[in-house]
Amino acid sequence: MGTKKKRRAVVNGTVCVACGCCVKICPLSAIRIWRGIWAEVDPERCVGCGKCAKECPASVIEVQEVQA
Amino acid sequence: MKKRWYDYLWIVELTYMLLGFFNILFAWLGMLFFCIPLIISIVWGTKGYCNRYCGRGQLFSLLGERFGLSREKDIPKWMKSKWFRYGFLIFFFIMFFQMLWNTYLVFAGVQDLRQVVTLLWTFKLPWHWAYHGTIFSPGVAQFAFGFYSVMLTSTILGMITMIMFKPRSWCVYCPMGTMTQLICKAKSRTNAPK
Repeated sequence: MGTKKKRRAVVNGTVCVACGCCVKICPLSAIRIWRGIWAEVDPERCVGCGKCAKECPASVIEVQEVQA
Repeated sequence: MKKRWYDYLWIVELTYMLLGFFNILFAWLGMLFFCIPLIISIVWGTKGYCNRYCGRGQLFSLLGERFGLSREKDIPKWMKSKWFRYGFLIFFFIMFFQMLWNTYLVFAGVQDLRQVVTLLWTFKLPWHWAYHGTIFSPGVAQFAFGFYSVMLTSTILGMITMIMFKPRSWCVYCPMGTMTQLICKAKSRTNAPK
């Protein structure tokens, strides 16, 4: 049996400016800003649609394939 | 997605910028845009202002996305580096204190009121048509001219980067955003369980 893969948004927290653009655009409310420092993705909710990655003004979000 | 009242704060930002063309003393209202983010970050330890209430960011989104004025390109790496962000914050601080010093000189009667708006810290634009006198000291008006210069300069920089890169590129190097993030980091460190 092959392992299932899922697409998910991954934030590079060290360069994230915590502006919250990703939070606004996410249709599944899968991102929140953690203590005003960086964006945090909820892996359970994120489906890897990539809207946040497109929106991010600093381009610090990538959609990656991860093990489900 | 359902719109909330705070999704329309771009109107406040636009109105603020327009009011400065008619009476410079309205520039004082801009203190709210400085104080509210700081209060939110100091009291609640969040960037709630950037995340929800920033009318300037909303305006850039509107112009860049809805009106399609943005090229939607990635911002250069150096622009999102800590060096640039913190450097710009320090530069902004220095220029802000220089503006406060000029205001003090007018208050102290050492310097005459200059009815100009300084763009990009360099270009002096005549702005006398927006000054109709003040019942207070001319220093009050000097601060308004200086503060409006700061606001107009940052709007112009934000517009340029909105067009060249992504709509809210300004958010990456916005001094208020950098400062509130620093406050949040400090607060998070203090509140971290030992």
